[in-house]
Amino acid sequence: MLDSAHRPESLPTAPGVGYKPQHFTQILQEPGPVAWLEIHAENYMGDGGRPLAQLRALSERFAVSVHGVGLSIGAETPPDADHLARLKRLIAWLKPASFSEHLAWSTHGAEFLNDLLPLPYTNATLTRVADHIDQVQTALGRRMLLENPSSYLAFDDSTWAETEFLAELARRTGCGLLLDVNNVFVSAINMGSSPQAYIDAFALDRVGEIHVGGHDKDADDHGAPLLIDSHSRPVIDPVWDLLDHTLARLGPTPVLVEWDNDVPDWPVLRDQAARVALALDRVAT
Amino acid sequence: MTVSQAVFRAALLDPDRPIPAGLSDGDGQPAAARFNVYRNNVAVSLIEALRTGFPILTKLLGQQNMDGLSRQYLRANPPSSPLMMHYGQRLPDYLGSLPQLAHLGYLPDVARLELALRRSYHAADSTPISPTRLAVLDPDALMAATVTLAPAVGLLRSDWPLYDIWRFNTQEDAPKPAHVAQDVLITRPEFDPSPHALPSGGAAWIQALLGGQTLAAALHAAQTEAADFDPTETLTLMLSGNAMISLTQEV
Repeated sequence: MLDSAHRPESLPTAPGVGYKPQHFTQILQEPGPVAWLEIHAENYMGDGGRPLAQLRALSERFAVSVHGVGLSIGAETPPDADHLARLKRLIAWLKPASFSEHLAWSTHGAEFLNDLLPLPYTNATLTRVADHIDQVQTALGRRMLLENPSSYLAFDDSTWAETEFLAELARRTGCGLLLDVNNVFVSAINMGSSPQAYIDAFALDRVGEIHVGGHDKDADDHGAPLLIDSHSRPVIDPVWDLLDHTLARLGPTPVLVEWDNDVPDWPVLRDQAARVALALDRVAT
Repeated sequence: MTVSQAVFRAALLDPDRPIPAGLSDGDGQPAAARFNVYRNNVAVSLIEALRTGFPILTKLLGQQNMDGLSRQYLRANPPSSPLMMHYGQRLPDYLGSLPQLAHLGYLPDVARLELALRRSYHAADSTPISPTRLAVLDPDALMAATVTLAPAVGLLRSDWPLYDIWRFNTQEDAPKPAHVAQDVLITRPEFDPSPHALPSGGAAWIQALLGGQTLAAALHAAQTEAADFDPTETLTLMLSGNAMISLTQEV
């Protein structure tokens, strides 16, 4: 069995969903198997009003994971002090069970580009990102989880495999990892590699959370399949299979369903969470 | 030699620029369509954010025009912080700068109203004073007092029938906007910001109160603009909208 010494274990090992305000009432009335919710940090950095009132009500009933999309840990410059202060304020108020961010960059100077942009896996990037993770963990006074990205292209100067790169970041900074198996699938198809091999090479002893989600299908200039991490549809069967493959190695783990665009009615999202519950049942100890 | 983020960012926001060198499909082949995934993610997400953030503007322009305009706007005006709730601060001035929209002179103020409604929605919560707090004061004491307004209060002065335009585009059976200038007060009784048309002098009165002036000084400012200004109507709007959160008496 997996050595669990490093594994962050604060979220329930149960299904969670990405919270959308249109589901507020129904989540409270008919949560089904959903035991925890994930929010995007930046949507709750206002000063008050309905978003924070709803979040307060939900946090009394559900464990909450704060998932940042704007910290830009992979940027060439250190995380923005103002943004880090906003994040610290949100976390101090909400006391979430988990905080996670992405192996990506999304700001350039003061600009925010509203997408998770890719990084070359070089020694220089490794040193820089490790420094930024240290700064974040120090500022927040807690351990964070770092999520593997969806890849659409490769940098010619990368010298590290992504799995090794993430494992080394976790080793240097003590951070945990968020394993998005949909991202693994998307990247593997896009880059012509094996999603199962990626999981098998991953530092599973660091994983504190799993994501699943839906993606779109396109093709590149050469007719090769190009999957887009859109979070706009149901999880497809090969990704459910990859979740099973992952859980068989990892054991019970918090698993989140992400659905951010073309958000469906609550019962559809709850049904996705029910499939997560079945997958978790199969590895229950 | 790695692709700098400055080079990546420049190509990201400008589809006429070439794809940065040093990127490939993982099999040594060029990756134009792959780079375009990022270009598309950025443009589409920002266009959607503007469409969601400016629903009346989108209705007035039509979605296709709004999206086209947003696509131009975002290249020169990407968000200046990760707080997308505030995106579009420069859109009113941008609209005002476009010669092809010069005949729709009210559009910048409509955009300002939509920004103010969003700002109010996310503003800090506060506890209103009870109307009896005012009623118990004798008139002289009341006129010498200052008030603090709720963070969710907003005020817009417009040369256009701004309130009527808002109402015509958000409520069924609302009358067509008349050709009048309208100042608008935004209150947030609980969680939903609510615009109100102000009588002549009302905006000057509120502006003075926001500036920390006494009720007497505010009345003077309002009556300088509108000699017959009576604060009763505006005060009632403020109290029913939970817009006053404290009252300080001169000692």
